[in-house]
Amino acid sequence: MDTEFGAINVLFTEFYYWVTVVIMFLIHVGFCVYEVGASRRKHHMHTLMKNTMVIPVVTVTFYLFGWWIYSAFPNGPGFTGGMVAAPFAEPWSELMGPHMGGAPATDAVTAADTALWARLNGVFWAAFLLFSWTTASIVSGACIERIRSGAFWVLAALIGSVLWILDASWGWHPQGWMVRLLGYHDAYASGVVHAIAGGFALGILLVLGPRIGKFRADGTPRNINPHNPWLVTVGLFLIYTGFWGFYAACNIPIFDVQSGDGVFYSATNIYLGPTSLSAITFNFIMALAGGMMSTYVVSKGNPFWTYSGGLAGIIATSAGNDLYHPVQALLLGAVIPVIVYKLHYWVERRFKIDDAVGAVAVHGYAGFLGVVAAGILLWGYPSSPDSSFAVVTPWGNFIGAVIMFWVLGFIPGWISAKVLQAFGVLRIPREVEIAGLDIVTDLDSEQESKEVSASVRQAAKSAGLVG
Amino acid sequence: MTTGNFENWAGKILDIGPIYPFVGWEFILFILALVFWLGWHAMQFRVESQEFHEGVEKIGNPDGMRKALDRNGD
Repeated sequence: MDTEFGAINVLFTEFYYWVTVVIMFLIHVGFCVYEVGASRRKHHMHTLMKNTMVIPVVTVTFYLFGWWIYSAFPNGPGFTGGMVAAPFAEPWSELMGPHMGGAPATDAVTAADTALWARLNGVFWAAFLLFSWTTASIVSGACIERIRSGAFWVLAALIGSVLWILDASWGWHPQGWMVRLLGYHDAYASGVVHAIAGGFALGILLVLGPRIGKFRADGTPRNINPHNPWLVTVGLFLIYTGFWGFYAACNIPIFDVQSGDGVFYSATNIYLGPTSLSAITFNFIMALAGGMMSTYVVSKGNPFWTYSGGLAGIIATSAGNDLYHPVQALLLGAVIPVIVYKLHYWVERRFKIDDAVGAVAVHGYAGFLGVVAAGILLWGYPSSPDSSFAVVTPWGNFIGAVIMFWVLGFIPGWISAKVLQAFGVLRIPREVEIAGLDIVTDLDSEQESKEVSASVRQAAKSAGLVG
Repeated sequence: MTTGNFENWAGKILDIGPIYPFVGWEFILFILALVFWLGWHAMQFRVESQEFHEGVEKIGNPDGMRKALDRNGD
């Protein structure tokens, strides 16, 4: 902050991330709107609150330990290699609050820490936090109408403030061991956000079971239609909009990318590799277009799948959208959503999985395949500006996709759901599921309305307005 | 008397670090936040169980369930 350029760079970066947070808020609005539209009327207010309360639960836990996990575990492989000191991210650090960046108040942080983090810690924390909400929100949609909200909020804290941020530390950190040893490349989080959340949701769904009435006696599935399809599509539109902020937040806006002599300022991806907002803008829109066009055809114009296909198109290309050609993004964004669409119905029939909003497919399968595709298309590319790091390979990204979807997603999801089930708190009572989650409040408000109506009529009668 | 770590903005700004009140109490604040979070989950589980219990009492009989199904559909 002591030179004009340095100060402008820091203040611009601070403002940049703040704006991404505001835009990303729309993702959560979209998920809430989408879930409410997808649920049946008798469940819809509880469905809304289940996802809305992700905001406070994941925020508090991400403050308490999530942000610290990101900086503490990049060493690896896995949990080996020791933890990295991250005093600026400890929840009791002076830098986890308003700070001018001057002299530290304690010995826990240095003057260099305060100069670097004072104006960036809050906005970085918040940008990562919004990714955290997204991971929990993805899971939320899959289990609507039968999971207990209390159980879901425990699972939300686990995926949002532990698991995804651990995978980010491993594979979405400039020094992450998956980047260093496997050449893992996942610039806009196909795997680190979407595949893990999809895998986690699948693990939960396997334990949670389908909604009553979802499958016929012969095991074939029925469609449980959304009570408001129009609201579902508005929700997905909002997610598209918020996704722009998500992409921007994966970049660092101004960074000297010139190694050795000289200076060259550029935007970078999360690995500090050069890219530009133009690059990701080209590819984001082309992938969206590809996904919408292919799923429109394959689903015979079904609005839900056309919108979801657009989202799946973006997710399928996100791992490499810093480097792809727009036509590559278009084609990859068209092909993967078709596979995802087919896979969704195959898994539903074969394993009796009731994924109410297709979240496992749109996020999990598309994210997994997107990471695998990036390993093939970007084979031999540097995974990092550090030339000692492994280069991108098909096998490196495949292993990475397996870690994201299965190791850190599916297995912890299945185990944690089993634990909640063992305590009898995973699923709502059968009677409540049949009558509707909102039944108690519905009956109460019906009674209240009757009382108010009777009292109004009585008042009208007393005033002689009616006979 | 001040609860803050500085008394005015007139000095050298670079000498100013944290600007929130009660600097030095951060670990206590952390513990309070931890208790608040865990306590919330415990209370929420209790409230939710009570709500389900009440719901099952209201609709857990043929008449109540019929009314609920008539009202909310299937």
